[in-house]
Amino acid sequence: MAKLKNLLTDPMNLNNPITIQVLGICSALAITVKLEPAVVMSISVLFVMAMANVIISLLRNTIPTRIRIIVQLVVIAFLVIIVDQVLKAFLYDVSKQLSVFVGLIITNCIIMGRLEAFALGNKPFPAFLDGLGNSAGYGVILIAVAFIRELLGFGTIWGFKVIPQPVYDFGYSDNGLMILPPMALIVVGVIIWIQRSKTKELIEN
Amino acid sequence: MSLRKFVDKIKPNFEKGGKVHFLYSTFEAFETFLFVPNHVTKKGSHIRDSFDMKRNMVIVVMALIPTILFGMWNIGYQHGLSIGEDAGLIQNFIYGMLRLLPIIAVSYIVGLGIEFAVAQIRGHEVNEGFLVSGMLIPLIVPIDTPLWMIAIATAFAVIIGKEVFGGTGMNIVNPALLTRAFLFFAYPKKMSGDFVWIDGLSKVEGIVDGFSGATPLAQVASASTPEHLDAFHQQTSVFDMIIGITPGSIGETSFIAIMLGAILLIYTGIGSWKIMFSAFVGGALMGLLLNVFAPYADNVYMQLPFYEHLLLGGFAFGMIFMLTDPVTASQTNAGKWIYGFLAGFIAILVRVLNPAYPEGVMLAILLLNVFAPLIDYYVIQGNVKRRLKRSKVAKAK
Repeated sequence: MAKLKNLLTDPMNLNNPITIQVLGICSALAITVKLEPAVVMSISVLFVMAMANVIISLLRNTIPTRIRIIVQLVVIAFLVIIVDQVLKAFLYDVSKQLSVFVGLIITNCIIMGRLEAFALGNKPFPAFLDGLGNSAGYGVILIAVAFIRELLGFGTIWGFKVIPQPVYDFGYSDNGLMILPPMALIVVGVIIWIQRSKTKELIEN
Repeated sequence: MSLRKFVDKIKPNFEKGGKVHFLYSTFEAFETFLFVPNHVTKKGSHIRDSFDMKRNMVIVVMALIPTILFGMWNIGYQHGLSIGEDAGLIQNFIYGMLRLLPIIAVSYIVGLGIEFAVAQIRGHEVNEGFLVSGMLIPLIVPIDTPLWMIAIATAFAVIIGKEVFGGTGMNIVNPALLTRAFLFFAYPKKMSGDFVWIDGLSKVEGIVDGFSGATPLAQVASASTPEHLDAFHQQTSVFDMIIGITPGSIGETSFIAIMLGAILLIYTGIGSWKIMFSAFVGGALMGLLLNVFAPYADNVYMQLPFYEHLLLGGFAFGMIFMLTDPVTASQTNAGKWIYGFLAGFIAILVRVLNPAYPEGVMLAILLLNVFAPLIDYYVIQGNVKRRLKRSKVAKAK
């Protein structure tokens, strides 16, 4: 049981896909300007990754090794299309903001990596947990970055003004650099810095 | 010598086993600031002269003094122009000094505060690099920049631009310029436009009718016909550009004050004359090229005589004081020529041909800072290949 639990908890910290494995950086830069798209993106990836892990795990003994990448891509693409259609139907505005990045979930290195590294060699239930854990680890970082960027870049959280008007009148202004992609990289870097200095297992000498 | 005695008297408290040993790096920083350190090299045949990094940095600060003094006067003078009063030399100077000192103080307090804190945490000596950066930062921002912005930008540049790489000597880009880049991209309204360059202009009270706070570069950039350019030349003569009686970032306007600093830097060997010279050659060449192609293009900016490009904006200041920063510049001799030339070349290119940025010096220097190690690498590899070839020829004979 402890091992199953680790599948969920390890990716949150010690084996985080973004901060430790440095995968999926591209989407972390692109859609973390505001909190809402980041959350929607995290949920989409959660769905795709968990389902893809389960499906590939079920098929793992029947997939010929040579064409496994293509099979994985077909499965991911199928799931991404479902997500895309659902978003278009129910969350049209967010879907517009995310635009091409929903489609690009297919190329998200984390999903491919987990399918290759885990789902192909494990039973469906552990694979499901692994997918949940990794996408949650991804989502946590995404949401943290988006929170910081939206707060400092627009003065809002989830679209609501949180920095009061008197502060602006006093001379404060929003940080335009936060909206630009380089700052996402720097924020991720700072998160890695904090994580590495707080976690004993990760301190290198 | 009583100061020396006092320092010696309190020294044991900071050394190992002393009461406040944890403050050793802070103490050490002040001690070596006041007195030349008495370190001696124990092994090998080395000559150590008294010229350490602190002395080195202080000379750069001294080289900046003419621009600081002129900047102070110009703040007062431009403010006087905007409200239609001429207060006189001394009043202008004092007015500017009172406006500039808080910016200098904020930059030093924030930057040195972080440097001291980091040195304490890491347990090493305080790095001297910020002595210069702290003085450069106030000189490359508009006078109306709010102090809290300068504080945030300085903290960003010192932490993200310098300390994460390992402190002074390890940084990839010039920290002072990174401060400016941060301000420029984070708070564009406060760093560009026509209202930020002169003190009090953004508050719009008692401004003389028809007075424009646009910098010469902004005026040229907005020129759409050759007549506009002529009007600009009537308003601002080459003499004005050399003396620097124009709105602009605090230290950048006066060509002559910058050149006084350049002479000191070159004389003491701290700033590389190769970089400065090739940067000016690069800038002039780009200016000439643009002049040649100007008749075939709509861009009036391209008609600006090439020598005025070197006098206007931050070109001289950037190329003399920022580009030559020994940490971020190329180290090899051939590399210095290439590095300087490209910086000047790109600065004018961005300035004229990119409408989004009225000034290209900052971006050109940052770009070349990043490329400096690559330039050095190829210069060294080229040298290795040449010598290999030579030795092969010698062997063959």
